[in-house]
Amino acid sequence: MTNYETHEHDVLVVGAGGAGLRAAIEASAQGMNVGLVCKSLLGKAHTVMAEGGVAAALGNVDPEDNWEVHFQDTMNGGKMMNNWRMAQLHAQQAPDRVRELQEWGAVFDRTKKGEILQRAFGGHKYKRLCHVGDRTGLEMIRTLQDQGVHRGFAVYMECAVTKLFKDGDKIAGAFGYYREDGRYVLFKAKAIVLATGGVGKAFTVTSNSWEYTADGQGLAYEAGADLIDMEFVQFHPTGMVWPPGVRGILVTEGVRGEGGILTNKEGKRFMRDYLPESTKDQFSADDEESKRWVEAAIAGVKTNDRRPPELSTRDNVARAIYQEVKAGRGSPHGGVFLDISYQDPARVRKKLPSMYHQFKDLADVDITAGPMEVGPTMHYIMGGIRVDADSQMSRVPGLFAAGECSGGMHGANRLGGNSLSDLIVFGRLAGLGAAEYVKKLGGAPSINNKDVEAAIDEMEEPFKRSGDADAKNPYDVQKHLNQVMSTYVGIFRNKEDLEIGIAKLQELKEEVKHVATKGNKAYNPGWHMCRDLKNMLIASEAIARSALSREESRGAHSRTDFEQLSPELGKFNTAISKDGDAMKLEKTPCPEMPEELKKLFAKKETTHNG
Amino acid sequence: MAEANLKVFRGEKDNGTFENYKVPIEEGMVVLDAIHWIQQNIDPSIAVRWNCKAAKCGSCSAEVNGRPQLLCKSRMDKFEPGEEITVQPIKTFPHVRDLVTDVSWNYEVNKKIVPFTPKAGHNWVVYQEDIERVQEFRKCIECFLCQNVCHVLRDHNRKDGFYGPRFMVRLAGLEMHPVDDANRLKMVKEDAGIGFCNITKCCTEVCPEDIHITDNAIIPMKERVVDEFYDPIAKFFKSVFKAK
Repeated sequence: MTNYETHEHDVLVVGAGGAGLRAAIEASAQGMNVGLVCKSLLGKAHTVMAEGGVAAALGNVDPEDNWEVHFQDTMNGGKMMNNWRMAQLHAQQAPDRVRELQEWGAVFDRTKKGEILQRAFGGHKYKRLCHVGDRTGLEMIRTLQDQGVHRGFAVYMECAVTKLFKDGDKIAGAFGYYREDGRYVLFKAKAIVLATGGVGKAFTVTSNSWEYTADGQGLAYEAGADLIDMEFVQFHPTGMVWPPGVRGILVTEGVRGEGGILTNKEGKRFMRDYLPESTKDQFSADDEESKRWVEAAIAGVKTNDRRPPELSTRDNVARAIYQEVKAGRGSPHGGVFLDISYQDPARVRKKLPSMYHQFKDLADVDITAGPMEVGPTMHYIMGGIRVDADSQMSRVPGLFAAGECSGGMHGANRLGGNSLSDLIVFGRLAGLGAAEYVKKLGGAPSINNKDVEAAIDEMEEPFKRSGDADAKNPYDVQKHLNQVMSTYVGIFRNKEDLEIGIAKLQELKEEVKHVATKGNKAYNPGWHMCRDLKNMLIASEAIARSALSREESRGAHSRTDFEQLSPELGKFNTAISKDGDAMKLEKTPCPEMPEELKKLFAKKETTHNG
Repeated sequence: MAEANLKVFRGEKDNGTFENYKVPIEEGMVVLDAIHWIQQNIDPSIAVRWNCKAAKCGSCSAEVNGRPQLLCKSRMDKFEPGEEITVQPIKTFPHVRDLVTDVSWNYEVNKKIVPFTPKAGHNWVVYQEDIERVQEFRKCIECFLCQNVCHVLRDHNRKDGFYGPRFMVRLAGLEMHPVDDANRLKMVKEDAGIGFCNITKCCTEVCPEDIHITDNAIIPMKERVVDEFYDPIAKFFKSVFKAK
């Protein structure tokens, strides 16, 4: 029998980005014995790459701001598909969570009055994003990390979870391996919080790192949780397009927040042409008004001028850039131009330091002297594990989820800045929810030895197959998956493409049964990829099937064969769950918003997705 | 298509050899791309630690032609055509496999540092000019290249007596925070061993975030330590006030 080490915890948190760290801190503060598993080294999770800021209605720059406006913006941005209760909790609690970060040592940029500075971002009515230049995510994760190491919880670094165990219907633990030497580890846990992030590695062009292989979505699906809203995949409008090695790397929305202008190769500022009628009155009427708005923002003074059209929501801007390029008006490397170089170079370097270095070091472009070339890049998935809004528990008792791997909060499209706030609001609630659950749980659940052995066998298989004639290289399979998702399940979708995509995913499921690796278990990325592919395939199929089932265009989900938004279809979430070996899809009614909140939304029946 | 000649250290726990690989060059390519090319086309098991590929996470530290740097920022077009490009793991930490080392010592050191301790009842009005220098220190991405080149750690292996430049930066970020109330100077002097640093500035030279580690973090803290523990006039006044 293969050896493995065993650890016991009340609460096991899987994933150590902003949500996982915040969950671990909270569960620990509630007196729980907590373990935190991270696939990378501590402090390297994807949160570190977040740039522009964390959204919270502090009202430091625009005093008119409050949680109700933030709530409205979030729901409108999400095309009303959001779980209203999550959007409400998020808007109400984000300010306290940001202040808490400050008290834990985060050093945000300041206003002239010495308060936390806030900047404009797409879809936010007021200047709302608390930030540190363009490295807000680094500031957040380091603050949580340095806070976390003094809370006494165990941290398992470079450790990946491959299986969740249940005792009856309740969660009982997890199985995994250490990347360093491939030794196996069993975690006995009364509750598990998944905070594993997104699915970007299923796509060719993505801003996501290697870690984003849909681990939480796959594990939860296998354990019996459901995945909702998976059709809503966010393509960030501005990723780098050149050189090839950096294609997809994020260019922060902060560039547009600070006044960056989008133009096509004819020099035309095109975004105004793509503004939806319903929100047009929130944006400047002409370039002069945009210019005055930017000047006021730089001077830190109030203005009645409206924001530039570049600050429309991400789904609109991504579609606009895609269409400009498709119409032959793109930049030399297949993007459009984003220009901030008309501003004082010293200010640009101060406000956007990592963008300055990123372009200078990786693309030989000086953004203070000329425009950047940018294009859409797969960035985020709005859908994910369905959870109770207040406790973050999935329908599997004891299984919780927070951050990107959970679904509901962002509806059909996420606003920039709402992700970092999501992490700290729902990370805390998940930690709290898990602690409450454990306190009420009588006795410790047990794990069946046979289940553990099956988990070990699964991990051993890729080595046993290495000599097979039909053995597949896991990286070839991933490349194939990337092509399928990018070609058939991309920004614009239609029935025919999606059906081809789903058929090709079935072929890939067969290929994955033959992936093999050579070498031994010590830090072997090929071996890790063999397991990661399974999760990516579950998420990819869920995305494609959900996208096929939603016969309308809503938020980030754009169907060329159903271009209108359908008020009727907006009343239902798409829910995916495991039914034997098949994937089951259901349409479940969206939770009904209470009357007092409904009043915040003026009745604007529209069938235009924008 | 042009090809690069890579010589990559392969093996486990220092037992290994340099293997040669021919890798096709694309415009704008970095050394990390070349390692990934090997991973996808020649040997999926080649070990390299990386995350963001945009110099934000500090995972892919290695030594390229002897120079410690981030693989994701190490441009292939900086080398002469045909030049042999040697890639090996950073030297100061125990070797795991191929380009990966065990940097867990750094995480142990971090736990020993007294955390941020805000002054009780502070109103949190803090001006930008008062946090500029702290913000410089907080740019650190924990790539540990500074730890790797610090001769106290690299050549003399004095991990028992010196926390290294990364943690001098962290300590400086806390000590110079306008709202922090803790005093870490005794720690800076004793456990962290700031006296070991003889300001050769190797750390500053390799910092991918351009943090002026020596000038802005270490030297000012050395001065604070001197003021706190060795200044005879201050010592006299302290004894008078304590006597009261």
